[in-house]
Amino acid sequence: MAREDYEIVMGLEVHSELSTKTKIFCSCPTEFGGEPNTHCCPICMAMPGTLPVLNEKVVEYAVKAGLATNCDIARTSKNDRKNYFYPDLPKAYQISQFDMPLCVDGHIDIETEEGTKSIRIERIHIEEDAGKLNHDEYGRGSFVDLNRAGVPLIEIVSKPDLRSKEEVESYLRKLKSILEYIEVSDCKMQEGSLRADVNVSVRKKGSKEFGTRTEMKNMNSFKSILRAIEYESNRQIDVIESGGEVEQESLRWDDISGKTFSMRDKENAQDYRYFPDPDLVAIKISDEYINNIKSNLPELPDSRKKRYMEEYKLPEYDSRLITASKYLSDLLEEAVEVCNNPKTVSNFIMTDITKFLNEKELEPEEIPFTAQQLGELVKLIDKGTISSSIAKKVLAEMFEKPEDPNKIIEKNGWIQISDEGAIKEVVKKVLSENEKSVNDYKAGKDKALGYLVGQAMKATKGKANPGMLNKMFLEELNK
Amino acid sequence: MQINREEIIHIAKLANLSLTDEEIDKYTNDMEEILTFANTVNNVNTDNIDELASLEENYNVFRKDEVKAFGNREELLKNAPSQEDGMFKIPKVIK
Amino acid sequence: MDLYDLTVHELLDKLKNKEITLEEINKSYIERINEKENEVKAFVTITDEDAVEKAKKIDDDIKNGKEVSKLSGIPIGIKDNICTKNVKTTCSSKMLENFVSPYDATVMNKINKENMIMLGKLNMDEFAMGASTEYSYFKKTSNPWDLKRVPGGSSGGSAAAVAAGMVPWALGSDTGGSIRQPSAFCGTVGLKPTYGLVSRFGLVAFASSLDQIGPITKDVTDSAILLNIIAGHDEMDSTSAKVEKKDYTKSLIRDVKGLKIGLPKEYFGEGINPEVKNAVMNVAKEYEKMGAIVEECSISVTDYALATYYIIACAEASSNLGRFDGIRYGYRTENFSNLTDIYKNSRSEGFGKEVKRRIILGTYVLSSGYYDAYYKKALKVRQVVKNEFKKLFEKYDILLTPTSPTVAFEIGTRSNNPLEMYLADICTVSINIGGVPAISIPCGVDSNGMPIGCQLIGNHFEEEKILKAAFTYEQETKFREKYKPTFKK
Repeated sequence: MAREDYEIVMGLEVHSELSTKTKIFCSCPTEFGGEPNTHCCPICMAMPGTLPVLNEKVVEYAVKAGLATNCDIARTSKNDRKNYFYPDLPKAYQISQFDMPLCVDGHIDIETEEGTKSIRIERIHIEEDAGKLNHDEYGRGSFVDLNRAGVPLIEIVSKPDLRSKEEVESYLRKLKSILEYIEVSDCKMQEGSLRADVNVSVRKKGSKEFGTRTEMKNMNSFKSILRAIEYESNRQIDVIESGGEVEQESLRWDDISGKTFSMRDKENAQDYRYFPDPDLVAIKISDEYINNIKSNLPELPDSRKKRYMEEYKLPEYDSRLITASKYLSDLLEEAVEVCNNPKTVSNFIMTDITKFLNEKELEPEEIPFTAQQLGELVKLIDKGTISSSIAKKVLAEMFEKPEDPNKIIEKNGWIQISDEGAIKEVVKKVLSENEKSVNDYKAGKDKALGYLVGQAMKATKGKANPGMLNKMFLEELNK
Repeated sequence: MQINREEIIHIAKLANLSLTDEEIDKYTNDMEEILTFANTVNNVNTDNIDELASLEENYNVFRKDEVKAFGNREELLKNAPSQEDGMFKIPKVIK
Repeated sequence: MDLYDLTVHELLDKLKNKEITLEEINKSYIERINEKENEVKAFVTITDEDAVEKAKKIDDDIKNGKEVSKLSGIPIGIKDNICTKNVKTTCSSKMLENFVSPYDATVMNKINKENMIMLGKLNMDEFAMGASTEYSYFKKTSNPWDLKRVPGGSSGGSAAAVAAGMVPWALGSDTGGSIRQPSAFCGTVGLKPTYGLVSRFGLVAFASSLDQIGPITKDVTDSAILLNIIAGHDEMDSTSAKVEKKDYTKSLIRDVKGLKIGLPKEYFGEGINPEVKNAVMNVAKEYEKMGAIVEECSISVTDYALATYYIIACAEASSNLGRFDGIRYGYRTENFSNLTDIYKNSRSEGFGKEVKRRIILGTYVLSSGYYDAYYKKALKVRQVVKNEFKKLFEKYDILLTPTSPTVAFEIGTRSNNPLEMYLADICTVSINIGGVPAISIPCGVDSNGMPIGCQLIGNHFEEEKILKAAFTYEQETKFREKYKPTFKK
């Protein structure tokens, strides 16, 4: 059978670091970076005798995430210990949640080629992050830095509802944008604040049974996640096709070799010995608490998208892409407030800005200019102060050196010529210098007009008002 | 309760203890006896008992999300058997 | 009478009357340590260097009319599983032989705020696992009443040091009887407060849901005074109770009229030494004489409470002791070439055999396939025990039992059979399982002159009731005036 005859079945476990100020069980800062072991205290270093006390914001943020993903919120929840030894886990247990997670039974909608698809979320629970092992290049040893140990995480576990790389990508992007909108995580993948474990299995199309799954652990870029899925699903298909059986195991994706590797030797099967953490008390959540968070939940991407289509009259595609990033969406809305022209702002975001970000491999957050400046730029076009082609040049400048577009125009002498006399002069000059084109036009070659306008633009260094130019050429040529 | 040596070896592995053959024998015997005794808890009728009843007794103890930095790395590292550059040094861990 | 023979409240009275100075008090205890420690071996670390100087300074402050806290300059001993900044906290384990905590336990902050003087860290069974202090990695502590005998455990160093007059009082910790049983063995007063009354922050955990810190003192009055200092809500301990602060010395009143005392019959059965049983029955009679109403009652799950205790305590311990991995602190093996060696060898060489036995038991009962039958079931039985206590305290104010089935036994004669050893905890563990408070007070001596203790159990946060009953009995019978440790060789 060919690969096309197989269906890939995937579920994701997404770990997202919460953007609280302090760690989950102690008052150390969660700030990224810092000298090793400087964001630590006796508690997160698991000194003998220390005890955890739960950060109230962690519960709030997790409930927020649960509500934003349509979950039911548990009225009673608890923390459990997951016991295993690893040098980045100072207590030799991770405080997590086992059988009573804070949120259950949610879903989020993603767009697929076949339309909207609902991906079910099994649970969201809170837990603590581990520290970091550094390895030195001479192989003398490994070095434990516990700055990240105890940073709060939520783990969002989906049902095995994902069927393609594309669906995984939309799911992740959607999840990421939701978490950004509700401001519980900054989702900086390069800093590891959003990571995913992917469960992959394959089955023959039409089959009702799930195949044996493998779990690829701890990937923190879209690129590696998608590559890993591709590799692992093909590997599984090859195993089956060659008459073998897929083994249930945890795998590590190696970005450099582009392969997955088995993480643990089989005889060392893990037994985490979960049990309720006796150092912590239950979490009880009232209706009032939930309603309070619900009523303060910000507008989510789906709702914004709908609003952009209805109020701003933007196409579905543009609305979806822009609302996928809270930053871009905010940029749009704030710029529209300045210029009241959603269409043009949206066009800039969809074309020039997106292109620029892609070229420079930047995140939307890294756009240097403000929404105010973008709005001003659109206002200048609408007022006829500059042409849209000049506007593109201004935007390029704004990326290099963000400042008020008025100043950029002034500095570069880019103000549009809209003076009728001046434009007429240019038109006459161009007509007299391009007799052949004039004749072509008159012979029915409409394209010649474009050439003439182009020449006029060239002569004015692009500053002539293109609308007026067009109109005047037509007037002169049709005389 | 029948406990065999293999179980004790497995448990010791989970607990990261290395046991001599003699210790394995000793602990196998001990566990057999202790667990037989421990197993008597199953004689108690707990039909209507919720093991999580204690969750109703004490709940919602939280901390405010306010930074209080400890600010003394040296003090935190002073007991380390081996350290370098402000980190705990261990043998190379193969990733 | 020597100063080291006095209780703290007696010392305070004499200080108030300017009959003595803190310098004299501290010197008296330090001399006593120098005289008796060789025999008793109660200390892991002695910290008397600056004691006299500190005491002098406080004397001067008092002379100069400066305001000082009530217990300023009073010496104290601390069980070596309570974290102290700048002084080693070893848990009497090779694992922590050289460990110096980077922070003070909450109870130490309270002791230090009172400006009390810590004379040393006291010996114990390794990680508080044991009932004779023979499981200390460093030394075996002797019972001041008979040096051949054990002081009990795990707070054996604390009880022995108080009994020997090497400290006027001490802090111990109690997970299944570790304050009360050594108190019974050494003729001291040992109080295990209600779970949650005293902060556990800084107490090296054995079993988190059972551990409590409490006072070991010469009499009931001192117990109330020290409880006043250490009790109270702590935001560093999620299990710390939010109860209002009380003055426990207010319950030191001689009055048991109409007090309803239950005598759970299971605690007076076959396994209890007849002399012990007799002594405790006499206590009951004494109470009756003083106007209390004494009745036999029953705690039907007593036998199962012990099994429950060992399941829960060891399960929690197996997880709590995972952090001792030879990486951030504590013993690291010299015998390693990779990480697994460090883990396995450090833990195997650093922990003693009893600690390892309990880790294995705890790991077993939590492991896949056994969790439901042991751990989960034990949690249920724990609830049954709690319910039984609840019902009993609807009927009785306090319960009276022996603290230990026997008096102190000779060093080295304790059974090598772990199960038999565990059975000796039968009188004390249910109290920890139920989370209720209990106090052990001396109630006589046996035919060999060894002290016998009885245990008064109260309802949650009703320390006042047991203190009052204990005080009344103590005033009536005056054990301390009749019996003294003899340091018999």
